Amino acid sequence: MFRFLTRRVLGAIVILFLITAVTYFLFFVLPSDPAQLACGKNCSNKDLVSAIHHRMGLDQPVYQQYFDYIRGIFFGRNMPDGQNCAAPCFGFSFANDQPIWPLISDRYPTTFSLAVGGSAAFLVIGVGLGMLSAWQQGKTFDRVASSISLLGNSVQIYFIGPLAIALFADNLGWLDHGHDPTWTSDPIGSLNGLVLPCLVMSVIFWSNYSRQTRSLMVEQMAEDHIRTARAKGMGSKYVFYRYALRGAAASIITIFGIDLGSVFGGAIITEATFGLHGLGNLAVNAVFSLDLPLEMAVMIFSASAIVIFNIVVDAAYALIDPRIRLA
Amino acid sequence: MTEQTTLDKVPAPRPETGERLLEVTGLQKYFPIHGGFLVKRRIGDVRAVDGIDFHINSGEALGMVGESGCGKSTTGRLVTRLLEPTAGSVKYAGQDITHQNRKQLAPIRSEIQMIFQDPYASLNPRQTVGSIISAPMEINDVNPAGGRERRVRELLEIVGLNPEHYNRFPHEFSGGQRQRIGVARALSLDPKLIVADEPVSALDVSIQAQVVNLLQKVQKELGIAFLFIAHDLAIVRHFSQRIAVMYLGKIVEIGDRDSIYNRPRHPYTHALLSAAPEADPDDDGRERIRLAGDVPSPINPPSGCRFRTRCWKAQDKCASEEPPLLQIGGNKDGHLTACHFPEEPTTESRGEDIVLDPALVAIEEAATEED
Amino acid sequence: MTTLTKPEAQPTPQGSEHFLSVRDLYVQFATEDGTVKAVDGLSFDLDRGKTLGIVGESGSGKSVTNLAILGLHNPRNTTIAGEIMLDGQELTGASERTLEKLRGKKMAMVFQDSLTALSPYYTVGRQIAEPYMKHTGASKKEAKARAVEMLGRVGIPHPQSRVDDYPHQFSGGMRQRAMIAMALVCDPELVIADEPTTALDVTVQAQILDLLKDLQQETGTSIILITHDLGVIANTADDVVVMYAGRAVERGTVRDILKTPEHPYAWGLLGSIPRLSADVNVPLAPIPGSPPSLLNPPPGCPFHPRCAFAETVGGDRCRTERPQLPDGRGSACHLTVDQKRDIFIEQIQPRLR
Ligand SMILES: Nc1ncnc2c1ncn2[C@@H]1O[C@H](COP(=O)(O)OP(=O)(O)OP(=O)(O)O)[C@@H](O)[C@H]1O
Ligand SMILES: Nc1ncnc2c1ncn2[C@@H]1O[C@H](COP(=O)(O)OP(=O)(O)O)[C@@H](O)[C@H]1O
Ligand code: SF4
Ligand code: SF4
Ligand SMILES: [Mg+2]
Ligand SMILES: [Mg+2]
Repeated sequence: MFRFLTRRVLGAIVILFLITAVTYFLFFVLPSDPAQLACGKNCSNKDLVSAIHHRMGLDQPVYQQYFDYIRGIFFGRNMPDGQNCAAPCFGFSFANDQPIWPLISDRYPTTFSLAVGGSAAFLVIGVGLGMLSAWQQGKTFDRVASSISLLGNSVQIYFIGPLAIALFADNLGWLDHGHDPTWTSDPIGSLNGLVLPCLVMSVIFWSNYSRQTRSLMVEQMAEDHIRTARAKGMGSKYVFYRYALRGAAASIITIFGIDLGSVFGGAIITEATFGLHGLGNLAVNAVFSLDLPLEMAVMIFSASAIVIFNIVVDAAYALIDPRIRLA
Repeated sequence: MTEQTTLDKVPAPRPETGERLLEVTGLQKYFPIHGGFLVKRRIGDVRAVDGIDFHINSGEALGMVGESGCGKSTTGRLVTRLLEPTAGSVKYAGQDITHQNRKQLAPIRSEIQMIFQDPYASLNPRQTVGSIISAPMEINDVNPAGGRERRVRELLEIVGLNPEHYNRFPHEFSGGQRQRIGVARALSLDPKLIVADEPVSALDVSIQAQVVNLLQKVQKELGIAFLFIAHDLAIVRHFSQRIAVMYLGKIVEIGDRDSIYNRPRHPYTHALLSAAPEADPDDDGRERIRLAGDVPSPINPPSGCRFRTRCWKAQDKCASEEPPLLQIGGNKDGHLTACHFPEEPTTESRGEDIVLDPALVAIEEAATEED
Repeated sequence: MTTLTKPEAQPTPQGSEHFLSVRDLYVQFATEDGTVKAVDGLSFDLDRGKTLGIVGESGSGKSVTNLAILGLHNPRNTTIAGEIMLDGQELTGASERTLEKLRGKKMAMVFQDSLTALSPYYTVGRQIAEPYMKHTGASKKEAKARAVEMLGRVGIPHPQSRVDDYPHQFSGGMRQRAMIAMALVCDPELVIADEPTTALDVTVQAQILDLLKDLQQETGTSIILITHDLGVIANTADDVVVMYAGRAVERGTVRDILKTPEHPYAWGLLGSIPRLSADVNVPLAPIPGSPPSLLNPPPGCPFHPRCAFAETVGGDRCRTERPQLPDGRGSACHLTVDQKRDIFIEQIQPRLR
């Protein structure tokens, strides 16, 4: 397990390096001159541009810039124009001329909470439905569930979001409208504020997870070792939960790992639908204000988060399957 | 069935029977294992075949037996050059083909054919029987007089299938029939050597005999030499004039049928023969040898003699010195054994059974005490 | 070390009551292509402490029969009819709860492919201990000690430490031993071994078969040994049932079946396998054709399309009338007793030497 994790972490470091490198060069070297952008649309003063160049360190060789950037993330740095930027330093935002990290650290709790809460919701609901269908295979529940599942497949967050707000928050008053969480000062309120967004976000994943779980469980129940367990006299519920689910869980986790990107995407759409202020909102603002360093920072940060969550998922997978854990 | 073995192509003069068709020396195949903590590197080898010598005379069937993983199939694939040997040499009809490339091999490819174990996986499901059987002729640009189709129909008849089946697909045939299609394909180029890798293991008992008889007919009537790989000792005995016994990548004993089955010298050959189930309730005259455990891994085979971890005669010498494969005093010519302390040349039951399995020892001793 | 002798046959307790008695068993599966008649009117008996060999080619219904005894078929697409009496208890109509209490305790099963038949997710020890806890109410600790004891008994070296291994850490032979340990953990009275050695090498097969036999001597369980290999039953079974297309075509002691078989299919099987002592110049005598489809079994005697003696019987009888298998020693074939004996002596026996 230790070896497995070390290998994964080292692999992740390589991937993160690649992600940062590619993002960095894409944004800073390829498309347009950031100094020109910073100077303004109609800026034609060559001297001013080159001054900005110097201030932003753009007159340094590219690898040096990149190295400084990475060093800044870990140790903080002084920008070429003398401003101090504490670790983790993702540089300065053009639009508001302030270090980027506080902007991100302000926003990510919302996105992460949505991603985690939404995942928990769709895993419990989707996997639960799938298991029930598998258990009731061929019976009415199974048929109804699979039809509903088909319906669920076609809904969109921005469509059901407002409907859900109107129904559960405005009309029935059961749930909060949804607001940004402030975990340290108001944990309960934060939780309340997340229930509706997380549920709405989870809906788009239900059908996939319930269908996958159902077919995985049905497949597992046909395995030889399930028959062996039953031949030992173990009860069918016991066999279902202890043997079949254990086997299906490994595959569900793999699917979840692959879906991590879509989960983040879902969280960002949900933010927008509920008017929350997360990373998605931050990135959109950055795009509109042509704030290249901010855009890049959000991208690197989200990509890193996905890579790190992926390691967690892998570790969970290894915990479930001894053949991997002991390899 | 009428035998029509029209040789449309002018056949190359066949080597006289008894002439060495295939000669294998020091043949070795290591499959590298990649792994390692951070960087992938070669961390060892599967020593699938580790220095074997044997030959096959033309028109002769050499049987190859041994437990799973001992390197039989790998040997077969090396001989047909589907695999490149790590070391050693393969000589076919006096020509060294060990490291020849595709082009150089082309003229020989038609003379060495292979029949595989799995009659379901080895035929392309989307091709008709006709195109499966004529494929080797197309690839090698062979044009028999009367056309390829006629030849295919003849072949179908030789292997006991209806020539009308020309346009059918493999899934319409049973396992035994598919294996016949495989045999017809192998025969299409008029080969001199067929490597048959477990050709009947996947078939039902009643079908096995059909295919064995067909192969035997082919061998005898067309004078084709065989490397016949199987794990069923009785079938190998029935089919082969000479037999090689393999254990963990080595040939431990080789010789004519009578020597191997009636006068074996290697302890492993004794154990194999003793373990072979016979459909005869009165078969009490055989020695009873029950080994302990399974075959060790071919990644780190035991030093010296590879059988020593399961051998009842093993001594210090067996761990330090690898026994060479040679003719032991009293053996017939060509009966070679690789053992420092060979067994008596008999399979008769002895005074005491050799039981190494701890569970059997414990239970059987307890039972004797009670009496 | 000595060879063991079989104990004297114990008289069965209540006269003709057999320990296990299967009568007119039918098992049919509903499939997309139609109804598969996997077992089609099968009857056999097994006494305490005895071994019954069930021989037949792949698809002849051996496994289906034994899964039916344990009640492991999926009721949704399976129809089972007939009678299965185990120690005086009817199993065909029994509730799932009753069966659960019997499985693993009174009757246990050893499967063919030990890699897929053991769960990869739990340790070998846990999988052995589980049924012991369930059926005897033992604590976790007691059950683990029992698992260690069982592993030792089936010859796993260092059972103390191997008990915590996962199946993939065992070799094929060791896994099959572990499976036997699992089947025997509650001292069942009936063990069904479904091709327990088919996936193993010959030397390991010999070890495992001897182990089953020795353990039987010790515990007195009854065994049903399923195999397609006549060689495997020769040294292990007392009685043998030969199956073809879901039916028993011949029944007798192992000596009857191997030495004086009566049914043309049994003759064919024996003629198909070469022996270590046979004359190699005598070609094998295969059965022509291939086994029938169970979707559409041939009418009359299911063996008639492959049988060389249908003519001897004469008329249409073999094609129209289903031959019955008599109770006890006998075969399901229309040939008369004399014909069977004469054909065997004149035509079959000489080829088997
Ligand atoms: N669940 C099922 N649904 C439909 N048909 C089945 C099912 N299980 C078995 N059968 C069919 O029943 C027949 C008998 O099967 P069974 O597994 O008993 O054969 P067997 O004698 O054990 O063969 P093998 O040697 O291959 O194990 C076969 O034709 C098989 O295809
Ligand atoms: N392509 C391969 N890569 C790695 N190992 C291999 C490969 N092919 C065969 N082996 C190993 O070589 C050994 C001999 O294999 P094989 O010749 O197939 O055995 P068998 O006697 O059963 O036919 C086995 O341990 C097998 O796992
Ligand atoms: S060399 Fe030694 S260990 Fe090997 S088979 Fe002979 S006696 Fe046994
Ligand atoms: S009943 Fe007829 S067809 Fe069937 S085995 Fe007997 S002779 Fe052959
Ligand atoms: Mg092989
Ligand atoms: Mg079976």
